[in-house]
Order: sequence, then C-alpha cells, then structure tokens
Amino acid sequence: MYTAQIKITLRKSILDPQGKTVEHSVQSLGYRNIKNTRIGKYVELEIDASSQEEANRITDEICRKLLANPVMEDYTFQITEQSEAEVEQS
Amino acid sequence: MRRKLSKAKFGVIVFPGSNCDHDAYHSLKHLLCQDTKFLWHKESSIGDRNVIIVPGGFSYGDYLRCGAIARFSNIMKDVVRHANEGGTVIGICNGFQILCEAGLLPGALIRNINLKFVCKNVPLTIENKKNIFTALYNGTKEISLPVAHAEGNYLCDEDTLKSLEDYEQIVFRYKDNPNGSMANIAGIMNKKGNVLGMMPHPERACEEIVRGTDGRKLFESVIQSLN
Repeated sequence: MYTAQIKITLRKSILDPQGKTVEHSVQSLGYRNIKNTRIGKYVELEIDASSQEEANRITDEICRKLLANPVMEDYTFQITEQSEAEVEQS
Repeated sequence: MRRKLSKAKFGVIVFPGSNCDHDAYHSLKHLLCQDTKFLWHKESSIGDRNVIIVPGGFSYGDYLRCGAIARFSNIMKDVVRHANEGGTVIGICNGFQILCEAGLLPGALIRNINLKFVCKNVPLTIENKKNIFTALYNGTKEISLPVAHAEGNYLCDEDTLKSLEDYEQIVFRYKDNPNGSMANIAGIMNKKGNVLGMMPHPERACEEIVRGTDGRKLFESVIQSLN
C-alpha cells in the first residue's frame, strides 16, 4: 500500500491573488522578509499498487485527468510506501 | 400573425448544485414559448433535444475546481458527442466553466482578480455577429446582462488567445472588466461556431420585470438558426 501526497498550485506565471493577500497580512505582522506566497491544494490518497512505479503512474494519471487543470495549475507529488503497522491500522 | 412552429428542442441540464436551471427553463419555456425539458445529469442521452443549455450554479458544490466534477457526469458524454457532431451547446456561468473543463472550449476560468463575488449588470460589446448566437443583434453594439460569479476570470495561453482572435471566436467582451478576464473576454465560441460559453446570464434578462431583455435575442438567434 502506498500513500500519495499531492500538491496543486496555480502556475507560476499566473497571479495568485489569494497568495498576495495573505502575503500582505504576513508582512503587516512585521515579517518583511516574506515573498512569493502561493496558495494551493493538498490531496492525500492511498493506492493499492504492486510497485512504487505503478503508484507513480496512477497518481500522475489522476493528476492529469482530474486533480489539476494544466491550463492554470501545476502539480507535484510524493509517493511513500506504508509500513506494515500503518497498513494494519487502516 | 401565426407563429412559425419552432424546430428548437431545448434541454437544460440539471446537476446537483445547479441553480440557474430554472431561470433558463422559465425563459425558454414560458417567455420564448419553446419546447424545453430538464435533463438530469445521470441520464445517458440527451434524447431528441437539439439545443443543450449547461446552466449556471455550483455543480457538485464547486468541489476541487468549478466544473471539474460535472464534466465527468453521465450526461456530459452525450453532450460532448452532440457538440462534436455540430449540435448547439450553450454554457452559461458555471456551464461555461464546465465546457472548458470538458475540453469543448479552450482555456479556463479562475478566481476573480479582486477575490470578490461580482453580482451586477454589466455592459458588453458584441464582437462577432456572424454566428448562430448573436445573428439577431444586428445594429446593436452594446448590451447589458447580469453577471454573478467569483470565478469568471478567463485565462488561456498567448497562442490560444491569438487563435481565438484570428478565428473570431470571441463573442462578447466586457466594457468595464469586472473580474480580470484576459482580453476582457466575457464569452467565446468554438471554431466551428456551435458551442458558446459565457459568464454573463442571458437567461436572466428576458423580461422587463427583471430589468432587462437583452438576453432574449441570443436565444431567438439560436431558434432562428434551426428553422
């Protein structure tokens, strides 16, 4: 069993008004050394796959087909194999 | 004068969370006296309907992204088939977002630049009148239609924008851009000219009681194109 942790953000070239607004708030707290604040989505899912490669392929497919819209979003993900204890727990 | 029998058969799709489906149904059925039916999203066929309205609202609660889930609903497979065969499809507001997600129109709609939900009547210019959606607006340069959205900021890459301009696919532009939309785009159609997507609501501007009738001619143009 594998866990996929997926992050989806607006593409770098696109202005992220939510990120900008939050950045202004952070700066008003006194943290002047903050920049390039981006807000995105985090998706976590479990995949019953036979190998890390298969889990990778499935996750990439899901991202392309549904989770991210390539016109406006980029995605990155990390796949980790669950330990036996984690599998038993779930 | 006797009215010529219309050949238009409107189908208004209903997703969980649609909320302009009844506005569209009312305007088409009761004001324009057209054969109009609702189509539930679980149905697999649009049946005998020849004009499909993908209405506004918050299909599937706008989960994940506006329109992202609705495009995979059962009925959309047949809507895509209908569009690919040259059938008429109009996506309004959330319907526009769904048509972009479904790949029937290029680009995407992102959050309004000021992060606000905009709800007001806005002036629009009609950029192209040589199509089945705006043919009857001859002599009219500017119309006013209501908008009501938080994600109406049209976005596409430079090549797509150039292609939209070159093929005269931009149908409506905002005179006073309310959402940050690229090139002031309010509505576009596909290259073939049978699929229209727009953020403003023509179905909410078909009778005087709602302070505007500028949307009427859009539907009348479509009806005329089929007769």
